[in-house]
Amino acid sequence: MNAAVTDVVPAKTGKRPGGVVGGDNRLARIAFTVVVVLLCAWVLVPIWLLVANTFSTPAEVNAFPKRFLPSFDTESVTFFLGFAGVGSALWNSILVATVTMVLSISIGAPAGYALSRFEFRGKGTFRILVLMTRAFPLPLLALPMAVLFIRVGLDDTVFGLALVHTTLALPFAVLITYSLFSGVPIELEEAAWTLGCTRWQAFRKVILPLVLPGITASAIFAFVVSWNEVFAAAVLTIEHRTLPAFLLQSLDVAPLHLKFAGGTMLVVPALVFIFMVRKYLFAMWGIANR
Amino acid sequence: MPVRTLPYLLLAPATFFLLAFFLYPFALVAWQAIATDEGVLTTQYLSKMAGHWKFDTALSNTFWLVAAVVPIQVALSLLMASLVTSMGRGRDIVLYIWTIPLGISDLAAGLIWLAIFEQTGFLNSLLVGVGVIDQPETFLGYQNKGTIFLAVVLAEIWRATAIMLVILVAGMGLIPKEYDEAAQVFGASRWQRFRRVTLPLLKPSLQTALILRVILAFEVFAVVAALGGTNLPVLMGEVYNRQFELRDGNVAAAFALLILVISLAFTLLIMWALRTPKEARL
Amino acid sequence: MKRFLPTGALTALATAVTLSASLPAAAQDVLFWSTQANPVEEAQMMRDNVLAGFEGEVDFQPSEGGPWLTRLQAELQAGSGKIGVLGALHGDFSGTVADGLVDLSEVEVGEMNENYLELGKLGTDQQLYLPWMQATYIMAANKKALEHLPEGADIDALSYEQLTAWAKNMADATGSPKFGFPAGPKGLKHRFFQGYLYPSFTNSMVTKFRSEEAVDAWTAFKDLWQYTNPGSTGYSFMQEPLLTGEVWVAFDHTSRVADAFNERPDDFVAFPAPAGPSGRGFMPVVVGLAVPSTAPDMDAAKSLIAYMATPEVQLETLRATNFFPVVAVDLPDDVPAAVRIAGEAVSKMTSSADANPGLLPVGLGDFGGQFNQVYVDAFERIVLGGEDVQAALDDQAETLREVMNEAGAPCWGPDEPSEGPCPVD
Repeated sequence: MNAAVTDVVPAKTGKRPGGVVGGDNRLARIAFTVVVVLLCAWVLVPIWLLVANTFSTPAEVNAFPKRFLPSFDTESVTFFLGFAGVGSALWNSILVATVTMVLSISIGAPAGYALSRFEFRGKGTFRILVLMTRAFPLPLLALPMAVLFIRVGLDDTVFGLALVHTTLALPFAVLITYSLFSGVPIELEEAAWTLGCTRWQAFRKVILPLVLPGITASAIFAFVVSWNEVFAAAVLTIEHRTLPAFLLQSLDVAPLHLKFAGGTMLVVPALVFIFMVRKYLFAMWGIANR
Repeated sequence: MPVRTLPYLLLAPATFFLLAFFLYPFALVAWQAIATDEGVLTTQYLSKMAGHWKFDTALSNTFWLVAAVVPIQVALSLLMASLVTSMGRGRDIVLYIWTIPLGISDLAAGLIWLAIFEQTGFLNSLLVGVGVIDQPETFLGYQNKGTIFLAVVLAEIWRATAIMLVILVAGMGLIPKEYDEAAQVFGASRWQRFRRVTLPLLKPSLQTALILRVILAFEVFAVVAALGGTNLPVLMGEVYNRQFELRDGNVAAAFALLILVISLAFTLLIMWALRTPKEARL
Repeated sequence: MKRFLPTGALTALATAVTLSASLPAAAQDVLFWSTQANPVEEAQMMRDNVLAGFEGEVDFQPSEGGPWLTRLQAELQAGSGKIGVLGALHGDFSGTVADGLVDLSEVEVGEMNENYLELGKLGTDQQLYLPWMQATYIMAANKKALEHLPEGADIDALSYEQLTAWAKNMADATGSPKFGFPAGPKGLKHRFFQGYLYPSFTNSMVTKFRSEEAVDAWTAFKDLWQYTNPGSTGYSFMQEPLLTGEVWVAFDHTSRVADAFNERPDDFVAFPAPAGPSGRGFMPVVVGLAVPSTAPDMDAAKSLIAYMATPEVQLETLRATNFFPVVAVDLPDDVPAAVRIAGEAVSKMTSSADANPGLLPVGLGDFGGQFNQVYVDAFERIVLGGEDVQAALDDQAETLREVMNEAGAPCWGPDEPSEGPCPVD
């Protein structure tokens, strides 16, 4: 069908595979680039200010007018690198975030699939319930949860905290996979069944690759939610403190130059993670890119 | 395996999680909002909450913040998603840049924007350096609540648009390019193609993104506290204040319940407004 | 990628769970759960200098108020926990928390400030917390501000009028208000109103809440507020605005202006708070140590508290946190600049002829927070909101009366002792 269309219509629409639309309109292309650059600057300038303050001396951080180009002093950063306990807190955070990611996707994706493919009683209730977990303030829920954890023996474990973070990340995992599964026509699965696949094989080989962007998005949210969560971590972990529980609370009342340095350090691993998975956000083998 | 029980089986682990780690603590806390410590049902905490002199301000501030931030974010994230999916080379990097704010916690975001807006901050440094003003301006003083509000809106848009962006980009990948090409063949303009082809097919993702963003928006707190201090009371701030400063767990639970009810109402509204026709079902 | 997902994920999960389960727990540490010494540098010094000399292992974990309280409440409710020693402000130990604390009367601590020991009983006959360290509020000024002092004013004996005139001079000279006040969310402004403003004008904290003298007090503060930097509603720690120059004269807690003195000791001076018609009011900040009933090792916890009360450790704590000792020690010469400068101002204030100390509220139980809120709300309505002073005070007095009656707390200094709940006239 694709070939027939492009045969009939001359190539004046100027479409390159996955390419920028409209070779016929120079102005539109310039406007396009300008908008993209402006939006990138909008995001990057505040980040630069964070980094600039991190690498400034305490005197520069408190000066006025502030300079936009720091003197690349590493005093604040070295303080944190030498801060006892940062290493193990970092490791704990990574552990918790990984477990959260794995759990939330393995629990959330099947639920998303069920929501998109089946009609059954309780479907609407389940969707609303899953959403409401984010609508109630966590600091209030932390108290009964902590009591429960202490009694059950999950207190102060990486796994216990990961369970709480999974509950926070579940709405993202369930609903994102649900909206993506909804976009995959049932005919594809049925075709796989007629070709001899079991339900599970059809899911794994046909559907899963198509919804990989959804899985990636869920993984990103799970990681980021867990990485930045501070209240439950501060209450539920003592010897296995995560980085926010360990550092973020002390940063809030620290001198300004340390606030910035600490803030940057907390941000970097999350940014590294998103960088590693960024291209999976785009549909790779999907219908769109045939 | 009978088809009828399959959905319930698939849902079972998630349901267990929700019951154990949400419904159970939620029931305990919500109970505090409507019953005394002895177990007698009462509305005294709800009326104490509503009767406090700061209640109206907190409620309207929260609503106005959501009303100002979310629509702009919807438009912005749709724009960014369309831009990035129609890019060729470089779209990885651009998408990465646009999702950087996701990794930044509320507190760090508040810190950054405070450093921009405070009296000895970057904005003032820029304005004084360029010569537009002589003395640094106080943008965040308690007399200019409007400016504080604007600053919070800016900071929130900067911080949280990526949430919707990621969901929309993931959803856009599944829209068959054929539909768009066909529309082009029939002479539809870019805007028409976006409105009539892309947007309707994006509805499930848009619904998810919007609901999640709105729920989180009603809980806005860290950025408001960083930029506005106590000048811009919001509902979540009152929850914290009641629970930890005033040690009044019952009224804190009342505020929390209010946030939940508001979020629920908006979720239902969005679900209805953006409902999609049913796909083929088994 | 298709095949990596399930098997890789399962392996990752299994590894993570095994690793997290096998990490050894250092079970013999005393967990020191504190709301104080929170800033990163102070926490570092606590661990490295103060606690290193203890004969056992101590795990010092500072927290913000919210998680601190939630964790403690959870342990008390669950009946078992890990917290060994609690360190917090007097006000943090109120209410249901007090019910979960152990009597510390037999802990050997030597000579301690009598008033603070009394406070540590929290209105009962048991020693529920032992004083750990103390501080108070002083004023700090950039030396650039000194030339704008009004004629004949002695900086160590200012009155509120003179302070306001000084603030006006600075605002006129520089074109922007240079007085600062910690009215931000973490600022301790309620202690200023309770312990400094009210005693200085009304010689009371509760009974004369809405009297004529109280109206004078708030009016005087409103006058001062005209020349206060509007960013004050965002300041929680005055050292930052002092260092950036946004503010030249500030009122704050000794440890919250310490950075300014330590970083640039030649640029700043400290001096006592001003006096009103009924004296120079001031209030101490008392930090205490307590042991929850769920502590895993009571003896270790108690010996840690005894250790913290020894003079050498009190001095180390002073160097780490800029909080002053509660036992009698001779200050050596090598204390940080902030301690030296602030210490002088504090002794001038406490020994001045018109000193009028206010005590921390006692016996408020669970209502301590609501008590503080009365004063904060009065400030927000009168000073920030511009409401009529008498009307707002009358309204807030209603709330105050309710709080006092529900708490059933008798009056404390500077109010006269009362039979039954402290009345609000």
